[in-house]
Amino acid sequence: MELALSGITKQFPGVLANDDVNLEVSGGEILALLGENGAGKSTLMNILYGLYTPTAGEIRIDGTARQFDGPGDAIEAGIGMVHQHFMLVPVFTVAENVMLGNEPTKRFGWLDLQRARKTVREISSRYNLDVDPDAIIEDLPVGLQQRVEIIKVLARQANVLVFDEPTSVLTPTEVVGFVEIMNGLKADGKAIIFISHKLTESLELADRIVIMRRGRTVAEVTPANMDEEKLAELMVGRPVDLVVNKTPAKPGEVVLSVENLVVLDDRDKRMVDGVSFEVAAGEIVGIAGVQGNGQTEIVEAITGLRPSLGGYVKLKGEDITTASARSIHKRNVAHVPEDRQRSGLVLPFSVTENIVLDSYYEEPISNGVRMDWPAAQEQATRLVEQYDVRTPGIDVAVSTLSGGNQQKVIVAREFDRDVTFVVASQPTRGIDVGSIEYIHSQIVGERDQGAAVLIVSSELEEIMALSDRIIVMFEGRIAGEFDSSATRTEIGLAMLGSRPEEITS
Amino acid sequence: MTAQIAAGATEESLHRATPEQRRARTVGILLLLLAAFVLWIFGLGVESTDTSTFNLSLPGAKYENIKWEVDSRMLSAILAAVIAFLGGLVLRRTYLRWTNVALAISLALTALSFLTWAAAGKSFSLVGMLVSTVVLSIPVTLGALSGLMCERVAVINISIEGQLLTSAFVGTIVGSAANIWIGFIAAVLVGALLGAVLAVLAIRYHIDQIIAGVVINIFALGLTSFLARRVLTAAPELNSPGRFASAKIPFFGDIPVIGPMFFDQNMFVYATFILVIVIHFGLFYTRWGLRSRSVGEHPKAADTVGIDVHKTRYRNVILGGCIAGLGGAFLTLSQVSRFEENLTAGIGFIGLAAMIFGRWMPFGALAAGLVFGFARALQQKLGILGTPIPSEFLSMLPYIVTIIVVAGVVGKSRPPAADGQPYIKQ
Ligand SMILES: Nc1ncnc2c1ncn2[C@@H]1O[C@H](COP(=O)(O)OP(=O)(O)OP(=O)(O)O)[C@@H](O)[C@H]1O
Ligand SMILES: [Mg+2]
Repeated sequence: MELALSGITKQFPGVLANDDVNLEVSGGEILALLGENGAGKSTLMNILYGLYTPTAGEIRIDGTARQFDGPGDAIEAGIGMVHQHFMLVPVFTVAENVMLGNEPTKRFGWLDLQRARKTVREISSRYNLDVDPDAIIEDLPVGLQQRVEIIKVLARQANVLVFDEPTSVLTPTEVVGFVEIMNGLKADGKAIIFISHKLTESLELADRIVIMRRGRTVAEVTPANMDEEKLAELMVGRPVDLVVNKTPAKPGEVVLSVENLVVLDDRDKRMVDGVSFEVAAGEIVGIAGVQGNGQTEIVEAITGLRPSLGGYVKLKGEDITTASARSIHKRNVAHVPEDRQRSGLVLPFSVTENIVLDSYYEEPISNGVRMDWPAAQEQATRLVEQYDVRTPGIDVAVSTLSGGNQQKVIVAREFDRDVTFVVASQPTRGIDVGSIEYIHSQIVGERDQGAAVLIVSSELEEIMALSDRIIVMFEGRIAGEFDSSATRTEIGLAMLGSRPEEITS
Repeated sequence: MTAQIAAGATEESLHRATPEQRRARTVGILLLLLAAFVLWIFGLGVESTDTSTFNLSLPGAKYENIKWEVDSRMLSAILAAVIAFLGGLVLRRTYLRWTNVALAISLALTALSFLTWAAAGKSFSLVGMLVSTVVLSIPVTLGALSGLMCERVAVINISIEGQLLTSAFVGTIVGSAANIWIGFIAAVLVGALLGAVLAVLAIRYHIDQIIAGVVINIFALGLTSFLARRVLTAAPELNSPGRFASAKIPFFGDIPVIGPMFFDQNMFVYATFILVIVIHFGLFYTRWGLRSRSVGEHPKAADTVGIDVHKTRYRNVILGGCIAGLGGAFLTLSQVSRFEENLTAGIGFIGLAAMIFGRWMPFGALAAGLVFGFARALQQKLGILGTPIPSEFLSMLPYIVTIIVVAGVVGKSRPPAADGQPYIKQ
């Protein structure tokens, strides 16, 4: 099994996303594709999967040139892809999602659910995926959803598997499982391409690493003679500081205090169950925990996006439990939401419009009636420059930006004010090392200027690097509180509700 | 440091109500008020000696003269007590999931009490009203099924009204000029044609689906009104297509009450029931249904597994048009047998409401259709019975029921996730 991409070029309006890219991969090999945000990695993979038509170039499989007019053709040629944003129908069961487009049927198109379930179970046990074919997708944690995506690809007999940022949504334990799955697939002779921003993981997993910058492949290396610093430098084109530099915190007065908070999710499940904690000025508190243990709901309740059932949220002593999102925002609270596409950005709006999304109604962007667009554009230009947002211009729709650059637009908007309290969920999800360095330094900078900072991340590394104090959540309650000297294992244990036997699974 | 999980919140600390609890409180209070109303108006509004007689068989039926005689005031008092009891249960807020069931039962009991009041001292053909309920529910159910076919693939079909009206018109003319069967086929084809127009506007040209639908409705109303005035007045022979006779199913048709309602009707009624079943099983147990639903929920996911989103949408929207065409044919080839200007008078929109009330499910659409059919049957029969209620108010009844049902009873229901959004490929 040999796959070769040669001379792939993709021109988007105003952006040359891929510029004469060559890439080869063969069966039994894992290839990591690294590069800055907007380097063109996702574009290249979407071309391989038939979602985009290349402007020039060709795809060859075992020596024969193939043309893909749509994903159907790519699937037929044995290519499978797990997208950055999962392509699962949330209200369907696992089995339904796996068989969709490829359904086993009896007479009259009657679905053969029995056979679909059997397929799921077979693949699931062969690669140790452990997924229940009858579970509904929206009830599953992200890690399991990803396994469903993998089963989906395998059920179509794919020989080339493409993963777009597979680990950016996974928890540490889930990553361990994922690595095992990848190695199992490799042993089975599949060719694997994965895109990642995580250097350690790429070094550990890949047989070969290809680095892209500004639409071109700039280097190809083997992990053996590489380390993280060198890799980061190759990606960004300058030396990158991979550790967060910060002085010990000097906590001041309490800014945020949460008392006995109880919050339900959309399906009336009690996700936050009597949580109390405080964040003081000049300190960074991190909330760690496996995703889905109430972190999302806590943040939504604090920022006024979700009503709470009981308890209080106080900002500088003032009760804001039932205050509206805007009135909380006006108290100088910055919020980087967890899901950038759903609650951080208006995707069809331009970069400028998204930048002023929180300030369009006040000076200097508007006088209450009329918008001052030149002022808005000036602000957008300045922030795009300052936060290194890679975009062809400030007037393009934010939906056309790469995932990481979309994230930077939000961070720029939220941090460009005097803030007393910052709450950031997954602040660097999908962001390249160079920009992580910048965003982390911004967060520490806000702290040093006296802001109280609350970070929520499923990325334990990030929590440990940034936080002065760490709270671990498990099943809607606080499972432990640690200072910055705690070890990974201690925190990891608490994340699993301190049931040691589960650590290894 | 060992981690210790803090204790959870106690029940006392939950001092803010959830939306469901607030809703239960409102509904509970409303039910208590309703009980008082039923007792006051329907119970005490009749003479204490009055009896209401409900006929449960039609004249000439195999089992004739089945009757139910009750003390009017007594029955309403009992019904009021049951409603008050349900209201009390809802107010206790321990079984939040049953709020809607209690509400639905109470409304049905109110309707029964209302009938007892209207029929006090008289005799009333209950079975006649139930038969009309079924007949009048047909166009609403078909409209809802048409909407459902489209919205399941994320195309909003607001033009059901126009599709019903146009196919009723064409069915009349073709049915009169040729024969009733050809008229029927023409009506279905015209429905399909209008479905295709909507599909092209919405899928190919990404025109806002609400606007496209409104345009089709205005066009249909204008065109059929104009032609009705010009053609049908000049040539009245084109306005008498005749009607499909009813076909009684042996044995089942003789069962009291149920028989005349469901087994002694014409083929439109049977076709509607069959369609409900076919669409239900089609949607949830076949490849076509799985693909259609995926296109309505997450078109991009469907696309990435090689499903042709646009083709799926075209097919379902055109099929939806056919179903609306069937409803249009029913209006003039079964119900009234002649066309009049704006003969649909909003049935298509009520169908849309029935689709929402029925939560985008075929059997839900049928149930909702029956509720609306009941409201219209009530309106007609009460006119005959002669109640003190002004007839203008009675003719508002189906529409009021629509508003109450959609705004109040439906609660949280979830349309297909991509509903109304065009799918644009890069
Ligand atoms: N549909 C589109 N229309 C216009 N421009 C696009 C479109 N998709 C991507 N681009 C542009 O192409 C470039 C490459 O984007 P791509 O998504 O491939 O980056 P990436 O390497 O995957 O980045 P990230 O790591 O942030 O996901 C970016 O500059 C982006 O703005
Ligand atoms: Mg990407």
